[in-house]
Amino acid sequence: MSLDKATVAKIAHLARIKVPDDELDHLAGELSQILTFVEQLGEVDTQDVPPMTSVAAQTLRRRKDEVTDGGYRDAVLSNGPETAEGFYVVPKVVE
Amino acid sequence: MSYIQGETGDWEIVIGLEVHAQVISNAKLFSGAATAFGAEPNSQVSFVDAAFPGMLPVINERCIEQAVRTGLGLKAQINLHSVFDRKNYFYADLPQGYQISQYLQPIVGKGEIVLDLPDGSSRTVGVTRLHLEQDAGKSLHDQHPAKTYIDLNRSGVALMEIVSEPDMRTAEEAGAYVRKLRSILRYLGTCDGNMEEGSMRCDVNVSVRKPGAPFGTRCEIKNVNSIRFVMQAIEYEARRQIEIIEEGGKIDQETRLWDTTKFVTRSMRSKEEAHDYRYFPDPDLLPLELDAAWVEDIKRTLPELPDDKKARFIAEYKLSPYDANVLVSEKARADFFEAVAKGRDPKLAANWVTGELFGYLNKAGKEIEESPVSAENLGGLIDLIADNTISGRIAKEVFEAMFETGEKPADIVEKKGLRQVTDTGAIEASIDSVLAANADKVAEFRSGKDKLFGFFVGQVMKATQGKANPALVNEILMTKLKG
Repeated sequence: MSLDKATVAKIAHLARIKVPDDELDHLAGELSQILTFVEQLGEVDTQDVPPMTSVAAQTLRRRKDEVTDGGYRDAVLSNGPETAEGFYVVPKVVE
Repeated sequence: MSYIQGETGDWEIVIGLEVHAQVISNAKLFSGAATAFGAEPNSQVSFVDAAFPGMLPVINERCIEQAVRTGLGLKAQINLHSVFDRKNYFYADLPQGYQISQYLQPIVGKGEIVLDLPDGSSRTVGVTRLHLEQDAGKSLHDQHPAKTYIDLNRSGVALMEIVSEPDMRTAEEAGAYVRKLRSILRYLGTCDGNMEEGSMRCDVNVSVRKPGAPFGTRCEIKNVNSIRFVMQAIEYEARRQIEIIEEGGKIDQETRLWDTTKFVTRSMRSKEEAHDYRYFPDPDLLPLELDAAWVEDIKRTLPELPDDKKARFIAEYKLSPYDANVLVSEKARADFFEAVAKGRDPKLAANWVTGELFGYLNKAGKEIEESPVSAENLGGLIDLIADNTISGRIAKEVFEAMFETGEKPADIVEKKGLRQVTDTGAIEASIDSVLAANADKVAEFRSGKDKLFGFFVGQVMKATQGKANPALVNEILMTKLKG
């Protein structure tokens, strides 16, 4: 599968990654190569093979409905670039 | 069918609803942080909810159970195998950069909700699916002129997204759908249905078409937070779309907002690519496998739900569908009614509960749980009417005092001296004095003016301060007037 420049630009935008126009061609080539590589898997007949979701035979681990975490606001906020009155503060985002 | 009249003829509205219902649980869907409403900002946030690097989600078993319970309550298919996916988008209150949700394989499949319409009729609306997902944090835009404040307490709280089929055709039906769904969730104890606190939120899909034509292009009105707004937004949006089409324009599929101050919907996100969520299975979570026997165990613990209760009230107590609807809409109301009706005339009990009691509660802005009149005391009042201690009219006076003071009806009757006069001698004496004082009217009555009977009854009741037994008054009065 080969990706065109417009698709690469769109993917970059969706991922909020800034890609200059002059890099789009190069990236389109690289991404297409990766896709072509992965597409080889399509040659294997998996008609009757259930999807493998784990390498170990295990089921989804569950927790009890108990409050065991939280209550450390300062630690949570410590990585925020800006905070005030116990909130994270970000540039105004309103629709 | 009710259509909207346009310039070019009739139009039909097509409505589908997506309801986000916050699951009742102590801890969040994938972390051990608390879910309580109204806590200090960011005080109920774990490193998982704030998406710190390396943190892994572990699912809360209670949330799974609540989703299954809700699915069973909606008579829906329970999928023993379901998958959690990542829904990718960027927003300041979504620290992970994706929401863990369910996409192609939700935990609950097709079900149904029976709408109880105001005219007493019913209509079944399809439920497409129910899936579990994380709530996002909360953005506060009004704290600072140039900044948005973010509180992640809600981030990671479990939501059930319940999606309907596009089966509704009027704003009233949409209102009835939300009301009924809320009622079922409350009966099940899986969501408190509190729309003011945001524990139930609605996305409304609206399109219009000529009757019989294929579906039109829809607009989605996001995050409507009351039943009244849902109905208003639908009315407005349908008219907006009809106007555009009739003027030769076309509807753009888009997300809109209901403006609660201007009463209009307006466009929210112009960029269509914002809807490109690039779902994929969350590699941090294995598929969710349920045990059929476990699902059966939950099924056995379901309470009697509103539809069954309504059917039973109609069959067992001979109530009208309307009264039954009013009573079963909340479990507490239904329980109250049954306590009052036990061993008494159910129709009378229903009249007192839906009439006087609900009227007074409404006026006082109180819920049934806060009623100053207990079911036992209201029952006691009905007993006093039944054994002729007081008349129905006096009972209303006693009820008013009960509502104010919370006292027992018998105590109020004694204290206020409201006991009905059944002593025929006393009633005869009152009648005699009324007849003597109105000799002219007695003559008129005897010459054929039958209508005056009501006047005499009124006078006697007045003379006895309403305490005379009305049946006795009628009987003795008639004998004396005829004599």
